[in-house]
Amino acid sequence: MLRFEDQIIPLDSWINQFIDWLVEGYRWFFQAIKWPVEFTLTGFETGLLAVPPLVVILVFVAIAWKSSGFRLALFTAITLVLIGLLGLWEDTMITLAMVFSSVFFCVLAGIPLGIWAGRSDRFEAIIRPCLDAMQTTPAFVYLVPIVMLFSIGNVAGVLATIVFALPPLIRLTSLGLRQVHPELVEAGFALGATNWQVLRKVQIPLALPTIMAGLNQTIMMALSMVVIAALIGAGGLGSPVILGLNTMDIGQATIGGLAIVLMAIILDRITQSMSHKNNTQGGD
Amino acid sequence: MDIITVKNLYKVFGADPAKGLALVKAGNSKEEIYEQTGLTVGVQDASFTVAKGEIFVVMGLSGSGKSTLVRMLNRLIEPTAGEVWVDGDNVLTMNRDQLVKFRRSKTSMVFQSFALMPHLNVLDNVCFGLELDGMPRPQREERGMDALKQVGLEGWEKAAPGELSGGMQQRVGLARGLAMDPDILLMDEAFSALDPLIRSEMQDELLKLQDRHERTIVFISHDLDEALRIGDRIAIMEGGRVVQVGSPEEILQNPADDYVRAFFRGVDPTGVISAGDIVRDNQPKVIWHTPEGSPRATLELLNNQDREFGYVVGSDRKFYGVVSTDSLRDLLEAKNGKGNIEQAFLEAATPVQEGECLQDILPQVASHLWPIPVVDENNLYQGVVSKNRFLRTLYRAGNDNGNGNDLDQ
Repeated sequence: MLRFEDQIIPLDSWINQFIDWLVEGYRWFFQAIKWPVEFTLTGFETGLLAVPPLVVILVFVAIAWKSSGFRLALFTAITLVLIGLLGLWEDTMITLAMVFSSVFFCVLAGIPLGIWAGRSDRFEAIIRPCLDAMQTTPAFVYLVPIVMLFSIGNVAGVLATIVFALPPLIRLTSLGLRQVHPELVEAGFALGATNWQVLRKVQIPLALPTIMAGLNQTIMMALSMVVIAALIGAGGLGSPVILGLNTMDIGQATIGGLAIVLMAIILDRITQSMSHKNNTQGGD
Repeated sequence: MDIITVKNLYKVFGADPAKGLALVKAGNSKEEIYEQTGLTVGVQDASFTVAKGEIFVVMGLSGSGKSTLVRMLNRLIEPTAGEVWVDGDNVLTMNRDQLVKFRRSKTSMVFQSFALMPHLNVLDNVCFGLELDGMPRPQREERGMDALKQVGLEGWEKAAPGELSGGMQQRVGLARGLAMDPDILLMDEAFSALDPLIRSEMQDELLKLQDRHERTIVFISHDLDEALRIGDRIAIMEGGRVVQVGSPEEILQNPADDYVRAFFRGVDPTGVISAGDIVRDNQPKVIWHTPEGSPRATLELLNNQDREFGYVVGSDRKFYGVVSTDSLRDLLEAKNGKGNIEQAFLEAATPVQEGECLQDILPQVASHLWPIPVVDENNLYQGVVSKNRFLRTLYRAGNDNGNGNDLDQ
């Protein structure tokens, strides 16, 4: 008779041993991963905090104006001033720095991987389950090993965010490439294009709206990870939320949450109108 | 002089082409091989030559392997076995760089679905091949404008492909091919997606271009009329095999086998040829703009063109009815110059479907004075079949039949 009380696979303790072994033996490897992330993050963070808030606001307003128009520019100006008045300016800049750094690495890894997946069925078949796992594994599960490997702080927060935010960019880059009409790829080859030229002059330009939609998703997911990253000591807008919850200070938690939502709206509208422009203007 | 030589070319699609190849060579049929192994034989044992400067039409029904065959000429599809020689070079032994160079200098291709880049404007589309070849923008745009001029599209260079009609899009596709100044133009059902009127216009255009600058054209088609019209020589494919190659006359006079015979003449041509095959859009069309349809203007139009019958269609080409000068005159008299054009429709003038064969439409053609209107399954007007056209088709088919039988026996 099958009695589960006596027969249990000790997978959990194996994993613990595995993590311990990684931490002890391969510290140098994880430090090597940590270094560029830390460098980028510090760069963004000091940059955004060193510049006077007014300049940051003007830059955002200008980007909003150029990508969408007057209404978004106005909304951006009001929102950022409001965030400042709520006393959340520094937290917001830290959050932005974390989002930008994560998105930077997501683009760096995600677009090449997405292109590879878009052109190779085998690679797509391999990477699909990995992406599913990255998106569905509860963040709390990998927060602990990330802390063990990279210690707490903003860098660990960014790494957790990358894990969570990378999949949509890979998926949508691959999808975008696969949606390009095969006859167009064939026409490219027939006219004497090399593999690289077909990619650069046919597939990527035509996939660009979809890739931009992936980028938009990645940014949104990165923002939504911010609160969770605060659990492992990452700063930014997540910390007032966590702090507020811990001290039953609903007011503080709410303004933190409000700032996150407002930033999400701004970043979403800007990237969406960028991808829309790409869509309608074509490659001119 | 032969510019293309194809020798014993095979293509087997599937996981293990070598096995399929062995089975084909051992004499198994396409169907047997598919049943046994799941492999699809695309082309088997194709051999032919194309002379410099001729229009060589490869004709066959869908699934006969003609599109696969043309794609093996520039190796868009990798042949399983055989040889392709172009201008003394063995295409199949070229490495990747040589192949790219070959495609840029020797061949160009025009596609059934046009395959224009939606993110580029017309001129950039035409210059696309030259851009791939690294030609600087001023030179390639000059070449591109010249090519656009050749196909009659000056002034459209800044338009997006999507803004153009099907016929114009294919002119862009043709210009893109011509801009490369290739020795060989491969045209894969290039005109099949166009409606009949535009199609014959494009055929004329192609022949005109050929007059001015003789190129070698390999033209894939499933349309008999098209093949006869533009082909210097025709290759007929069936089930992946090239069953006959020759001039249209040669094939008509001396068909290689029953398949070819059926293709060209049929045992009974009236059962094979459909209304759509012989439809001609040469009658006055009257567009029904206003609710009344302006019977007076229509009458004037018919009188001016000295025609007796007008074919009333919507601006979307939907067929509505046939009017005659008499019926219009009667209407105008009865209603004192007013009245709806609908009331002038000839009652017996119902359209036939383009898929109906000549046997089926014979009663209508014979019993009415007017050419019989032909519509497609969406009731879109395709043109007419006149008595004259009908009889001439029968005469041609019957004549060929007679000659063919004589030669066979």
